[in-house]
Amino acid sequence: MSKTRVIEIEPITRVEGHGKVTIHLDDHNNVREARLHVVEFRGFERFICGRPYWEVPVIVQRLCGICPVSHHLAASKAMDMVVGAKRLTPTAEKIRRLMHYGQIMQSHVLHFFHLCSPDLLFGFGSAPESRNVLGIIEKMPELAVQAVMMRKFGQEIIKATAGKKIHGTGSVPGGVSKNLSIEERDVFLRDIDQMKKWVRSALDIAKKYTLENLDAVRAFATFNSSHLSLVREDGALDLYNGNLRAIDAGGNIIFDQVDSRQYNDYIMEEVKSWSYMKFPFIKSRGHIDGWYRVGPLSRMNTCGFIDTPEAGKALQEFKSLTNGNPNHMTLAYHWSRMIETLHCVENIEKLLNDPDLQGTDLLVRGDRAEEGIGVIEAPRGTLFHHFKVNENDQVTFCNLIVSTTNNNEAMNRAIRNVAQEHISVKPKITEGMLNHVEVAVRSYDPCLSCATHAIGKMPMEIEMYGPEGNLVDRKGQYL
Amino acid sequence: MDKIIIRIDGAEIKGKPGQTIMQAADDAGIHIPRLCDVEGLEPQGSCRVCTVKVNGRTAASCTQPVADGMEVENDTLEIRNYRRDLVRMLFHEGNHLCPCCEASGRCELQNLAYQLGILQPDKYPYLQPVRPVDASHPDVMLDTNRCIRCGRCIRASIQLDHKNVFGYIGRGINKQVGVNGKNLAQTNVDIHDKAVALGTCPVGCIIQKRAGFFDPIGKRRFDLHPAGTKVEDS
Repeated sequence: MSKTRVIEIEPITRVEGHGKVTIHLDDHNNVREARLHVVEFRGFERFICGRPYWEVPVIVQRLCGICPVSHHLAASKAMDMVVGAKRLTPTAEKIRRLMHYGQIMQSHVLHFFHLCSPDLLFGFGSAPESRNVLGIIEKMPELAVQAVMMRKFGQEIIKATAGKKIHGTGSVPGGVSKNLSIEERDVFLRDIDQMKKWVRSALDIAKKYTLENLDAVRAFATFNSSHLSLVREDGALDLYNGNLRAIDAGGNIIFDQVDSRQYNDYIMEEVKSWSYMKFPFIKSRGHIDGWYRVGPLSRMNTCGFIDTPEAGKALQEFKSLTNGNPNHMTLAYHWSRMIETLHCVENIEKLLNDPDLQGTDLLVRGDRAEEGIGVIEAPRGTLFHHFKVNENDQVTFCNLIVSTTNNNEAMNRAIRNVAQEHISVKPKITEGMLNHVEVAVRSYDPCLSCATHAIGKMPMEIEMYGPEGNLVDRKGQYL
Repeated sequence: MDKIIIRIDGAEIKGKPGQTIMQAADDAGIHIPRLCDVEGLEPQGSCRVCTVKVNGRTAASCTQPVADGMEVENDTLEIRNYRRDLVRMLFHEGNHLCPCCEASGRCELQNLAYQLGILQPDKYPYLQPVRPVDASHPDVMLDTNRCIRCGRCIRASIQLDHKNVFGYIGRGINKQVGVNGKNLAQTNVDIHDKAVALGTCPVGCIIQKRAGFFDPIGKRRFDLHPAGTKVEDS
């Protein structure tokens, strides 16, 4: 009878939250299985029950410190339904959009530069001592400063619209609590050209990396999958609002222009015993084949076009790499992410020049409803918030499908793919091997805290067990 | 005697007959922190945050009448430490989640904590009591998780609204504010009552429904009058 041995990578570094990877090897050191486990639990869906609905956009954003605005806005959109605000005032919608674009900009910049660029710029197997953001500061100080300043710009947009850079309160059921003053606007207009210049440069880094290492990028954690996102009615990329579109690996439409409030008719979640993170799938394709990807790469694949000129052109170039067919390369998430960052900066500039931002009509009310669903494109992908509220204004039901949860199966496939390529038939673990597995996870920019509504630290450890269950090797970032 | 002379932290001030130490201090522009006391209501002297030392003995300044020749210690290390411990205990006894509370920014407990340098109440174990939320009334909600038993709602209901909506229930550590009825919906409370008006409850225990978070950060009560300025003036 053949025996397996298990390698554990725990926790994974440079991601948000606490997770581990286990890799199961057979007698011949072939990878039989690789899994991403999210091992902590917080239970927001339960303890939100009983709270008044207007608290929800403020409470649920505490899931995350990186993209709280996405949760803040998704919950607000759900509560718009509850208070009967079918259409927000122009000022409210534009303030929320500005907040959202600032949020995606800062999150994408954080992910690309602070978390991932050390792998891309120094190499997956380079010396771990300098393969981090401090290494970037030391060896590429100008780039590091640009990254910090771009992120700051996004954070300041959030502060101006939400009240605070992290965990603000600007979006309320039915609208927003403040507009953008002329003084606040002018500060951003002063810096917008510089931001565009730097983001163009960042996009160039991501594009060049992909094209100059195309064979390696194609070979690294590339696999066919379906993709899902919101798109506008005309098929354009829309990060704040839209309808659901899903395509299969060949680019064929699975469903399109589905009202996101009917997500439950199209998406289900499966529970597996070894992870707190659920496995969503497209109902019509079943739980085996119905898994899909979300996030920047998926949005590039699902949308027909981008309506801002520079990002629109960048999308065409991106799509030409695969002749208009879906791009399934995991490392292409980075290029996609930077296209979106440029899209955000273009939209921020457009909004800053819109006088509606100084409007004073901030709130809308209508017929009270007992159920609200809000869907938004968060930095990491499609985010679903679903609540029920009783006649006393208290939440009685909550379901959150966060971006990382949507990518659960995809991340497991990416890990398996990399493990088979880089760990199979290798008797000894190396640090570089360990980092390859992390690079695959990191490409998705997973927020494991959000995914299970958990929080944790991120030192990493990898253990290899022999067929008898004995520990034969152990590596870790902080051992 | 028309004027009564007392000294607070060495500064000579004049009080009037019948005034409390707190009233005399307010008139003189000397700040004494407080929670259960608010203008317009009879003082209760229950929170003890306004504790001062009078001629060497502790007393609640909101109830202690001025007397000629009093030597009052207010802003001393010893008194600040007393107050800090009292405020800490209020946090530990209840379930005060400032990050998600709509009273954040206008909460007198939170403001006082900042004023006293309590950024993370961590001196004592959290009791984490299980307390009910009464959302039965169409316009008013009672979340006793945040109650500090200051009794301002009780006094306002009786003294200003001439009703008797709120009252204490339980004893000792289990004492908390309740309503004189099965729930809020069964009482005669009205959204226009002074007892439920903004500013009567110093924390987020009594809130008016569907109005939370409408004040943007930067425009809330204590954003405009930051911690350390006079609570009674803001």
